[in-house]
Amino acid sequence: MLNTSLDNREQERRLFLNRMTAAAVFVCLMLLILVARLFYLQIIENEQHVARSENNRLEVLPIAPTRGLIYDRNGDLLARNQPSYTLSVVVERAQNVDALIEEVSTMVDISDEQKERFFQRLKSYRRPFEPIPLKLNLNEREIAILAANRVFLEGVQVQAELIRHYPYGDTFAHVLGYVGRINEEELRSVDLGRYAGTRYIGKQGVERQYESALLGSPGFQRVETNARGRIISVMERQPPQPGANLHLYLDRRLQQKAVELLGDRRGAIVAIEPETGGILAMVSQPGFNPNLYVSGFPLELYNQLRDSPDKPFLNRAIRGQYPAASTIKPFIGIAGVDQGFVTWDYTINDRGWFQLPNDDRIYRDWLRGGHGEVNMTTAIAQSCDVYFYELAYKMKLESIHDTLDQFGFGRVTAADVYNSEPGINPTRDWKKNRHGFAWYAGDTVNLSIGQGYMLTTPMQLAIATAVMANKGHWVTPRLLRYSNDNQLMDNIPEPPADIELNDPTNWDRMHQAMHEVVQSNRGTARGSGLSASYDWAGKSGTAQVIAIERDDDGNPIEDVPERFQDHAWFNAFAPLENPKIAVAVLVENGGGGSGVAAPIVRQLFDYYLGLESNS
Amino acid sequence: MSLMDSVRLSPDHRMDRPRSLWLRVHLDPYLFFGLLLICGCGLFILFSATGGNWNVVLRQMVRLAVGFGVLFVVAQFDPNFFQRWSLGLFLVGVALLAAVPVLGTHAMGAQRWLTIPGLFRFQPAEIMKLALPIMLAWYLSRYGVPPKYRHLFVSVILLATPVVLIVEQPDLGTALLIAASGVFVIFLAGLSWKLILALTTLSIGMMPVLWIYVMRDYQRQRVLTLFNPESDPLGAGWNTIQSITAIGSGGLQGKGYMLGTQSQLDFLPESHTDFIVAVLGEELGFVGMLLLLAAYVWVLMRGMLIAVRGRDNFCRLLAGSLTLTFFIYVFVNVGMVCGILPVVGVPLPLVSYGGTSIVTLLAGFGVLMSISTHPR
Repeated sequence: MLNTSLDNREQERRLFLNRMTAAAVFVCLMLLILVARLFYLQIIENEQHVARSENNRLEVLPIAPTRGLIYDRNGDLLARNQPSYTLSVVVERAQNVDALIEEVSTMVDISDEQKERFFQRLKSYRRPFEPIPLKLNLNEREIAILAANRVFLEGVQVQAELIRHYPYGDTFAHVLGYVGRINEEELRSVDLGRYAGTRYIGKQGVERQYESALLGSPGFQRVETNARGRIISVMERQPPQPGANLHLYLDRRLQQKAVELLGDRRGAIVAIEPETGGILAMVSQPGFNPNLYVSGFPLELYNQLRDSPDKPFLNRAIRGQYPAASTIKPFIGIAGVDQGFVTWDYTINDRGWFQLPNDDRIYRDWLRGGHGEVNMTTAIAQSCDVYFYELAYKMKLESIHDTLDQFGFGRVTAADVYNSEPGINPTRDWKKNRHGFAWYAGDTVNLSIGQGYMLTTPMQLAIATAVMANKGHWVTPRLLRYSNDNQLMDNIPEPPADIELNDPTNWDRMHQAMHEVVQSNRGTARGSGLSASYDWAGKSGTAQVIAIERDDDGNPIEDVPERFQDHAWFNAFAPLENPKIAVAVLVENGGGGSGVAAPIVRQLFDYYLGLESNS
Repeated sequence: MSLMDSVRLSPDHRMDRPRSLWLRVHLDPYLFFGLLLICGCGLFILFSATGGNWNVVLRQMVRLAVGFGVLFVVAQFDPNFFQRWSLGLFLVGVALLAAVPVLGTHAMGAQRWLTIPGLFRFQPAEIMKLALPIMLAWYLSRYGVPPKYRHLFVSVILLATPVVLIVEQPDLGTALLIAASGVFVIFLAGLSWKLILALTTLSIGMMPVLWIYVMRDYQRQRVLTLFNPESDPLGAGWNTIQSITAIGSGGLQGKGYMLGTQSQLDFLPESHTDFIVAVLGEELGFVGMLLLLAAYVWVLMRGMLIAVRGRDNFCRLLAGSLTLTFFIYVFVNVGMVCGILPVVGVPLPLVSYGGTSIVTLLAGFGVLMSISTHPR
């Protein structure tokens, strides 16, 4: 029994030994797997993992350049950069975005709109690991709270950045434009390398026109980071190149004055320095606060502005296209004289209407009874329509078109005004293509008083006025006066060809005729010309919006709803000798040009020339 | 078989020179040396993994000291003591596990802990790491090896009870490791190869069932991630990708102690707990990994030797199971860190920073020492 028991035990021991041997083989196999795996990773694939680990810890971070500053002609800052703290979330680093947002909401005030905006951005195309802003312009208290709770808010970051600020708000909104967040479409078209680290891009106006110069070029730093993206050390740093500063021709004070003079009327004012072509003022009213584009437009306000019948987002100065009305007369008139269709002494007897041969249609003068005996000078001064009907009939469309073209109508001649409309300087072909009808002689007659198919922007009229003031000499109309970016200065485009008259004295005589507008007893703007301490010249225009019954003075007989009232125009330059300023003023539905727009011009001139003599 | 024959003969003439002293304190010098080596390595890596944080290292040293204290105490008991208390320990363990869903503390989405008010918090599953192999070793040795079918059946019940309870917590990783410790006992007891083959086939067949009905979403995700870590590089795959990168970039000799960029720059998650071996792999390279594995193999070989020399079936089964389970820990941890096993929360034995597992592990080695040093 003992023997069998001993045998048994020996058997059991042997069985266990067998099993242990099997286990040992198993263990060896598993060890082999581990060692093989380690060998594979560490010896065979080593290089690849080294590269990967380098990538892991060495990150190249872009450093956004400082956006170039924008100054007016006197060195006043029109667009600057101010530090702002933004609360943003790197979604990739957050465990649960919704919970995190809730958590953050308990610490700082976050509106539903901001959350909505955030989640909208979250859904749209974005760069991976790009912080998505949740709240901008944090105050110091909020910064402190977030800093204190940083540990609990994985993925949340508070970034200091320089954001664009427009100290004069609405005043320069249309001319400077604004920067806004780079949108999806732009992200696809811009050079991502240049925009690395930059979240804003010029959207309109100067900001857009000179975007590439203002932007500068990003620098970078090669940093060692941990997995949470926290920078451990900076290994290499290449500083960014700040954007070019722009010094514009704009005169801050004149611009403010122009805004003030327009008041809450809809309209536009463009002022140009004839000597340089520099745009002194460019106003479109109503405006909007461009700073809202930077910090995020409250949706309700945005919708309200967008849907407003006053169209505050429309830049009337360069995109508002209106009939030029009588302001066109000096341009047609000077060509008519110089090309011999009429002479300065050529006189007609205006009885208040004009008729084309073999045509029943009556073309009326704005003055019912007519102006009686008028020559070119008095026709300009009193804005006699019939005189120009007759002139136009003689000149035919082509002469008028070419003249207007030489003055820059129908095309964009301003070098650096973003998104300008060209207006319409019609031709026969244009009408055929556009409307499908042939050009009629009546169309030419209409054109002569700036009605019909011809459309101009206040900018074009101001430029044409400046050319007139310059006696046909063109200088590139532009905003940029000086920049530290020489390339910008070298690339200023050539202006259109100067207008050469057969008899250059015609310029002086036309100037004189325009001077009569504000000077003579029967001048349409004599009221605005009274007791000026300088000589100046201008031309009124009253653009009809719809045909309405008028009295003998051309004033509407009945009460006309504001929207249907005439647009008031006035273009002028001053002083008569060596003009310093040329302007075009448009007041939408303002009524008569001489009554509404001319006083604005006068005050603007008084202010600017007074300013000029002071400085 | 000649090697094993010589092994078989060796218990009778132990030639350990300071044998009397070691025997008197019931410590196995080879095993003890091996364990100290691993623990030393562990502290060395831990110091680097925590970025030179002495506090963490000191706390780990305290834990190790407690663990070795427990080892020393456990080693003093005769193996018969464990036999006697096997059933009691097992029942207490099962009872505590059963109490967890009722009284347990929630943490990190699971309910695994019991809190003894004013004292400490512990995981009853830790008890099972020892209680289950002791129970099965006692049960199977009592009815003789190889086990008969009915004893096998009972063994499976004994094994399944705690495992199911732990799976429910849920703690699949621990459940599988505890199951493994029981399976090793049954295997070493002489489960027939035919049956092993059948069971293996069956369990492979069961995998879809397990996949669909037992595993939770995050567990499935982990397995899926294993095959394609890039599919979720910032979520479940992140750990694996980072640890593979850390190890892989270590190369033959490593980047140098405390110079691992992955680990020092926090790319490596849990770099001082479950993923600590990646720090070693990165900083000391293939050579370092082989040296650490060698230390484990040393302990493993000594454990297997103790098992083979065990004075009876109970001692042999228990020592064998404890040793093999220890190896499985190492294998699963390293396998997980180098991306051949799914990420389950298994620490690297005696190296990873952490409390109870070290005490349990060293208590297990105490049992091995007891088996090794108590005369038949």
